[in-house]
Amino acid sequence: MENSRKLIRKQSLEKLYNNLSVSRKVYAPVVAPDKQIEYKYNPGFSDVTFDHIRSTLSVKNVVFPKVENLFYYTNSKTESTVKDIDLNNIPEVVLWGAHPCDNAAFDILRSIFCWDIKDEFFQKRLDKLVVIGLACHSSDEYCFCTSVGLAPDSARGSDILLSRLQGGDYQADILTEKGEYIVNSNKDLFENVSGEKIVLTSVKQKFSHEQVTGKLAEAFEHPFWIENSLRCIGCGACAYVCPTCACFDIQDETRGKEGKRYRSWDSCGFGLFTLHTSGHNPRHVQSQRWRQRIMHKFSYMPERNESLGCVGCGRCSSGCPVDMNIAEQLEALQNI
Amino acid sequence: MSENIYKPYLMEIEQVVEETPDVRTFRLKFKNSEEAEKFSFKAGQFGEYSVFGEGESTFCVASSPTRKGYIECTFRKAGRVTKALANLEVGDTVGFRGPYGNTFPIEEWEGKNLLYIAGGIALPPMRCVIWNTIDLREKYKDITIVYGARSVSDLVYKHELKDWAERPDVKLITTVDPGGQTPDWKGEVGFVPMVLEKVAPSSENTIAILCGPPVMIKFTMPVLKKLGFQDKDIYTTLENRMKCGFGKCGRCNVGKVFVCKDGPVFSYEQILTLPEEY
Repeated sequence: MENSRKLIRKQSLEKLYNNLSVSRKVYAPVVAPDKQIEYKYNPGFSDVTFDHIRSTLSVKNVVFPKVENLFYYTNSKTESTVKDIDLNNIPEVVLWGAHPCDNAAFDILRSIFCWDIKDEFFQKRLDKLVVIGLACHSSDEYCFCTSVGLAPDSARGSDILLSRLQGGDYQADILTEKGEYIVNSNKDLFENVSGEKIVLTSVKQKFSHEQVTGKLAEAFEHPFWIENSLRCIGCGACAYVCPTCACFDIQDETRGKEGKRYRSWDSCGFGLFTLHTSGHNPRHVQSQRWRQRIMHKFSYMPERNESLGCVGCGRCSSGCPVDMNIAEQLEALQNI
Repeated sequence: MSENIYKPYLMEIEQVVEETPDVRTFRLKFKNSEEAEKFSFKAGQFGEYSVFGEGESTFCVASSPTRKGYIECTFRKAGRVTKALANLEVGDTVGFRGPYGNTFPIEEWEGKNLLYIAGGIALPPMRCVIWNTIDLREKYKDITIVYGARSVSDLVYKHELKDWAERPDVKLITTVDPGGQTPDWKGEVGFVPMVLEKVAPSSENTIAILCGPPVMIKFTMPVLKKLGFQDKDIYTTLENRMKCGFGKCGRCNVGKVFVCKDGPVFSYEQILTLPEEY
């Protein structure tokens, strides 16, 4: 389809939001009582924020939940049965107002979950997701989307991308068939564009990801990794807030004779992640685990998944308890 | 397999062999005959074995694909899942997902001598390919097996060792670490690398397949080099921690490879291109 551009008035957004809420769950950002930005299912429109820079957690859990049940089982000593999850029960979800960095991450996650054998849990959730993105009219010192090939108005991953106009109305770029369907179902809310300018933040480029990737090919043994990870406490916060981190654990949980096997978010930053039962650990110190995180995102993934493993959202840096700043580190790495 | 790639087959334990005080071999058969019909695997592949309620554990399929109708796995009681597995008996149910991973390139090895070198609990991942090549005996020249364990009681597959020792078409050398021998022990006494050096098999037209603890690999590699083996003619299996088995959960990522997808079988030539994170 051909991309097209429309205008939606500020006062029409509520109508659109409510129309979408009728048959789907809407996942939208709100300001929590502690001032953190969090996404919630079906908040009232008046609670939804249009001015957030970044939510504390990314929105990846709409396609990759923190905990996802894989199947149920019953277990007595001699008789075990397994009951499948009905993936048809996965609801249709509209992701509302997520920024371009977060939306670009869906493609990256797909390159992890659907290369080779397809992961239907992920794919079904992605199929049932509609993304109404919001271009960034503000940013802060942690943002570095422009260093990883994105921009405050990147369209990647959005079905419709809203951009705020100077007068407060929104420009709507309709990017996919899913987006077109929503616009066609709400025709009365969309008008022709007026030529009014959009308000867009500018994000300074801090490093060149091509140069970083090039550098990493020869940097495995460099003292950089030890020097720059001495303060890392291995808490895994960077992975949990990251929109593209997809490493997971698989565990069983049983009550009586019934139980479920589930997968849950994990992190390559934990020592237990690679620990063998024998006690041998291929990545036994934190600097090796920090190196793995960077190598995976900026060297292994570009080659293996044809996709960088980073969208420059800045959450790993803003959320780090010891202030490790990935953009600063990559900038330094570029010059070693 | 169903579209739920995490859902295991249900398998019934048909036979339990107590290999050593803490090592067991299970023979497993599919509860569902349709699944049994569709299932096939090749030497070197592995699976995820589960005890529902305890979780999954990764082992190679230890039986040969030439032996139809069942699979076998051998494991040591070590962690949560293997301890729970060890408590199971004939008739009990376990879960199995697989087969996963690549295979030993046994077709490429046709017409060559095969030298298998294993230490301790690393014979099981090699047992599959050993039986596979013995069952296709006419395709290979000399087959030599060098197997060592800490002590006589730690040797696994004792009945099969006897069988291999008696076969005229297999040369078996067994060894135990100094101090691990019993008064009636007739094999070698010494660590695998030293015994290998003493036996000094020819590298001429020979493939070496090596599995063992990291320390054994470390000291065996120089011996193989001294015997004239080329990196491309030495194979091993990597045993990184795994969860999913199909390249998504991230655990077995070593450099650009996933051990579960690109391995577990690697030539030494490939290993040299990887960072030392295995």
